[in-house]
Amino acid sequence: MPEILVQLFGLATIASAIRAFVPLYLATLGGVFNERSGIVNIGIDGMMIFGTWFGAWGALQWGPVAGLLTAVAAGVAVAAIHGMATITFRVDHIVSGVAINILAIGMPRFLSIVAYGQGTQSPQVPSLPKIDLPGLGEQSIMVPVTVLLGFGAWFVLTRTIFGLRLRSAGENPRAAESLGVRVRGQRWAGVLISGGFAGLAGGYLSIELVGLYREGMNQGRGFIALAALILGNWSPIGAAFACLLFAWTEALTVFLRVDWINNAFIQSLPYIVTLVVLALFFRRVRPPKAVGQAYEAGSPV
Amino acid sequence: MRGVRGVRVGALILALGLVVAACGGGDDEGGDAGTGGDTAEAKQVGVVYDIGGRGDQSFNDSAGAGLDAAKQEQGSKVEIKEIEPNADGSNRKELLDSLADEGYGLVFGIGFLFSEDIAKSATESPDTTFAVIDGFADSCLEKDQNLLCIGFKEEEGSFLVGAAAALKTESNTVGFVGGLEGDLIKKFQAGYEAGVKYIADQEGKQVKVLVDYAGNTPEAFRNPAKGKELALKQIGQGADVIYHASGGTGAGVISAAASKQVYAIGVDSDQSLTASEAERKWILTSMLKRVDNAVQQTIGAYVGGTVAGGIQTFGLKEGGIDYAQNEYNKELLGDIPTTLDELKQKIADGEIKVPDKPA
Repeated sequence: MPEILVQLFGLATIASAIRAFVPLYLATLGGVFNERSGIVNIGIDGMMIFGTWFGAWGALQWGPVAGLLTAVAAGVAVAAIHGMATITFRVDHIVSGVAINILAIGMPRFLSIVAYGQGTQSPQVPSLPKIDLPGLGEQSIMVPVTVLLGFGAWFVLTRTIFGLRLRSAGENPRAAESLGVRVRGQRWAGVLISGGFAGLAGGYLSIELVGLYREGMNQGRGFIALAALILGNWSPIGAAFACLLFAWTEALTVFLRVDWINNAFIQSLPYIVTLVVLALFFRRVRPPKAVGQAYEAGSPV
Repeated sequence: MRGVRGVRVGALILALGLVVAACGGGDDEGGDAGTGGDTAEAKQVGVVYDIGGRGDQSFNDSAGAGLDAAKQEQGSKVEIKEIEPNADGSNRKELLDSLADEGYGLVFGIGFLFSEDIAKSATESPDTTFAVIDGFADSCLEKDQNLLCIGFKEEEGSFLVGAAAALKTESNTVGFVGGLEGDLIKKFQAGYEAGVKYIADQEGKQVKVLVDYAGNTPEAFRNPAKGKELALKQIGQGADVIYHASGGTGAGVISAAASKQVYAIGVDSDQSLTASEAERKWILTSMLKRVDNAVQQTIGAYVGGTVAGGIQTFGLKEGGIDYAQNEYNKELLGDIPTTLDELKQKIADGEIKVPDKPA
């Protein structure tokens, strides 16, 4: 096989893409829940960052499983701030999300100094045992868990009453309310689930992928997740394909090395592909109708 | 009405969030450590550490060791004050300025993050000599000014660890993971490759050097996930020793090496000391910038009245560069240090010229 094909589609490249896929897809799944319930969550990146920090911290205290749960809890807690701002106080969703992202720049630094005596890095943390996937080598046990969570999210959203109600809150809250759906409650559920997924994504990154927390390690994955959410047309299945594409381009920055392509261009591939793909497909996707709109029960349309 | 109140409370929460984010953390100003000598005669030296201060087992600690050595050497001839910035480092310039205002004649900024601030401080306080460790500002190139840029010949240290890698490798393949792809890190690459080649030629074998960079923005210095992926790739291609010059990204390189049971080589400071027990076993050595020697010598020059603005580069000859030997890597290194010490001598004598650009 020619060298470039090995670089593009070799097993090592695919294995690397799978590792990159997990945090991206988990964060995107979270995004599906909040957006389908009608809340824009641009703070996913910040919630992931809190997940990376608290995941590592929890793993240091109580081991990797508890670490992942701590990361989920941290994500949910930060999401509660977003829910409070956007649902209870009806602050603009973008403004609240940006505030969370800014909080995620300063707060972990502060926490690191308190917990570890230095601002940028945690000690090495314990990881879960690895599983051996045929051909793909050792992978985190979170890989199959993520696939299951993806199916679970699809099932909940499309096959359960809860999912139907959640989607109705994001499509047409007035009609939903007239049928007895508690719109605010559904939106709270959407935001908190989103925070949990984002936190788990961060926890995977620090505990499973790297094995420690390092400031800046999230590298803007939350924003790529937002792009994957749009490209995946707000569906868990579509998001899976979008995330596979982005994760593959991420793996290419590691494996693709050819003389006739400038390495600077290869390193920018994930961002270039994100932009190009969004530009091409943006007209074909359909966001939830009432997403981003404040809702108050009983107010006139 | 409820809506208005809601918006107000919401705005308050957001404002609070912003304030917390902006503050980052409290000021923790380090205490001063004056020697208590006769201050009327003593030359005053001020030091601003980078975030974290002493105890980081890295640059700050190394600078601290240099200060301690300078105190030993100069006795009551110097009075030294050490302070550290707040958690986000936003008051670096204020601290530099305050030391200059208090009359300190020589003020150090420890670390390249000081470069911009210290250049401004130097312009504003022309009577004080400023020195930035491992940093650079354009004004250092000018004549008759008061900023000293202290650099290190990274290529010489990289040559040494390259030689160590070539001596240690069994697969005859070694790796290099750089951070931001640019002239600075290419110096490390060039020295490393030259060191590998020197030993390979001597032993009459071929040793392949795999080279990867983590990106082309400063983010490439804090991307451990990428570091891990690059290292795993190189290990997959046969590398059994990997040298990283990539800051925080290197945490991933070391982690990958330890998990695949191959050797990693650290950079700047002795990374065996900060690594976990499990990873320590796989850190062959580290390329050291001897900040302590640079600080001590600069203070010596200041006491002797010969310190001046400009650029000073510390190499092996000046004791500014070394490789790490500690209780953890003694067995890993075996008799490698014998060869490395010979190479050190040859480089210091000018017998070996280490390139600073990759071939």
